[in-house]
Amino acid sequence: MTNTPDLPNQDSASPTTTDLEPGGGVLDAGTYDRLLEPRSANRLPLGDGTWHLLSRNYVWVRLISTLAVLALVLAAAVVGAVLLRLGWVWIPAGVVTVVTVWTLVILPRQARAYGYQLREDDLVFRRGILWQRMVAVPYGRMQLVDITHGPLDRVFGIAQLKLVTAAATTGVVIPGLTQPAAELLRDTLIAVAETRRTGL
Amino acid sequence: MTDPAAVADVRSPLSDGEWHRLHPLTPVLRGGLFLVVVLGIVITNLRDRIIGWLFPAVADLERYEADPVDYVVSNNLILLALVAVLAVLLLLLGGFWLSWRFHTLRITGDDVEVRSGILFRTHRRAPLDRVQGVNLTRPMVARLLGAAKLEVVGAGLDSNVKLEYLSTTNAEALRADILRLASGRQLARASDAAGSVPRGRAAVATVSAALTGLIDGAEQPVAEPASVVHIPPGRLIGSRLLSGSTLWLLVVVAAIIVGSVVGTPWVLFTLVPAALGFAAYWFRTITRALRYSIAPTPSGVRITFGLFTTITETLPPGRVHAFEIRQPLLWRGCGWWSIRVNRLSGRSANDAQSQQFADVLPVGTRDDVERVLRLFLPGISAAQWQELVVHGLLGPHDESDPYVTTPRRAWWLRPLSWRRNGVLLTPDAILLRRGLIWRSLVILPLARLQSVALSQGPIGRSQKAATLTGHTVAGQVPGAVGALDRDAAVAVWQRAARAVIAAAASDRSHRWDAAPPASPAPIAIATTDQEEGRA
Repeated sequence: MTNTPDLPNQDSASPTTTDLEPGGGVLDAGTYDRLLEPRSANRLPLGDGTWHLLSRNYVWVRLISTLAVLALVLAAAVVGAVLLRLGWVWIPAGVVTVVTVWTLVILPRQARAYGYQLREDDLVFRRGILWQRMVAVPYGRMQLVDITHGPLDRVFGIAQLKLVTAAATTGVVIPGLTQPAAELLRDTLIAVAETRRTGL
Repeated sequence: MTDPAAVADVRSPLSDGEWHRLHPLTPVLRGGLFLVVVLGIVITNLRDRIIGWLFPAVADLERYEADPVDYVVSNNLILLALVAVLAVLLLLLGGFWLSWRFHTLRITGDDVEVRSGILFRTHRRAPLDRVQGVNLTRPMVARLLGAAKLEVVGAGLDSNVKLEYLSTTNAEALRADILRLASGRQLARASDAAGSVPRGRAAVATVSAALTGLIDGAEQPVAEPASVVHIPPGRLIGSRLLSGSTLWLLVVVAAIIVGSVVGTPWVLFTLVPAALGFAAYWFRTITRALRYSIAPTPSGVRITFGLFTTITETLPPGRVHAFEIRQPLLWRGCGWWSIRVNRLSGRSANDAQSQQFADVLPVGTRDDVERVLRLFLPGISAAQWQELVVHGLLGPHDESDPYVTTPRRAWWLRPLSWRRNGVLLTPDAILLRRGLIWRSLVILPLARLQSVALSQGPIGRSQKAATLTGHTVAGQVPGAVGALDRDAAVAVWQRAARAVIAAAASDRSHRWDAAPPASPAPIAIATTDQEEGRA
């Protein structure tokens, strides 16, 4: 978790003074310890309050699954080029390789730019370095909370949490939470949403 | 359901908590299309023959080609052919009749339920407190027979409950009941049970009433409120002719003429399909918007439109998630505006009808816009309205502009509209002002806003700018305004996030007519209903 009290545009009457902090250190066990931000001073400020970050294992899961896909693509390309004598398959294979390698290069930085804050009445989610995005979702607006984890996720003990409101564009998907954190977060969110229920 | 309290509370014969069938003419109306198809096949095959009977002189000039009729006649199979056609018709009608027999509906204290299907049974139950609106559609043919379609709009995708068809009086009574139940107020005591007519007789008896209704308009109850907006047909037609598609038509015509001058004159003939297409488009949009009326009722705003197929929709309070007041370029000289909204229509966003339902004011003057907005947002005071017009619709004028706008350094991100492009947070709503050429003002009521986002890409960062987005349910109205000063945008975002929570906590409009402390009675009924429904 990270505290960043040294930012511009501080709002002294901010509601983040009374955060919702369930389960002691469960949310922050095995996570990154610092949120990555764009270097420019023109970036969107983090504001105050406590940011919870993703699990360090998230990068490994993504790395392994992406490399597996890349290996499949390259194997298919080799088969096509050697057995079927199709020279042109190297062109799409090369494009896929370059794009994949690039996503792998920026992956660790991206993973450290994800963060969420549990404020008293809403959840703030942020992500992205080049394309920064911050969303504030009131707990009462939640329609459902979704947890998904694949086989590889289970090996590394992580899960993805998706928060659905009536607006499809809200788009709050927190990948790479530790499984205890995801379950705690789900239970907390549902309990809190129940007490702050509103209409659509 | 046999809860005596609920039965006693209900007024119309269809909403007494028992299962009911739909209008007895439903199989004919739903099967009408197939009848037309069969008739079409028969008539095309008989066309030459009919012409021959009517104009023997013409028939002598041409020989028949071999067609099924010749084959039938030459082989003495006329009887067999007639029997076959009859059998097909009877089978189809029988199928539709069976599906009508199996199609039943029930209105209980908390749900609308529909059971349908012969082999594959479906049972749909829609909770009344999630009803987003009720649409009453009266297609041309059904109107002549005194029938109407009722559609209960739910909140999800494809979650509408369709009741096709009901007699017009039943449909209107049912609509009133559903809206009253949804409002959270208990139904009025049974006041006029005499309103029920035996349905077999009703089918015949309502034809004459329907003919008067055809002339009077969609609605003829006694307490029909007057429309607050009157659109002269001339203005409506003018506004549709001055739409953006007309600009495209001019461009296409110019291109064709240039093509015919430079290239071959044959290109000119492509004008004919283009003109036909545009004529059809205009005809469709104009007839759809004719006979528009909008009026307040106790259970929400009632909007009626359509010349041939008349649609009456009732929008309960607090069901509109975003408003956009727009002025296309060509309307500016006439001072016309239109309003469209985001609402849960139970349809996917690319459905053709969802666009139709989004327009709550097809065209109107500034006074019309004020009247319509006041229906949906009754809290606007005269001073606030003046401010909305001066700054929101027409602004910015001078230094007193309250909106947070694009800073001068980022003018090239919005080269024309950078002075106008902006956002304002009021106690009840976020106002987004955009567009110098195509003016638009978006009103996002805070009590309906789902979440608020702030985003920034590399170009925006280089100019210290950010984009503010209010997320509402899917619809035609966009909720984003970009290229705002970063510090101002962050401040608005923080204040908006807090204001949304406060507004949502104090909002009661989803049960707009309930007594202030929520009564526990409906919940008790709900549990018994669900148990019975599963049994």
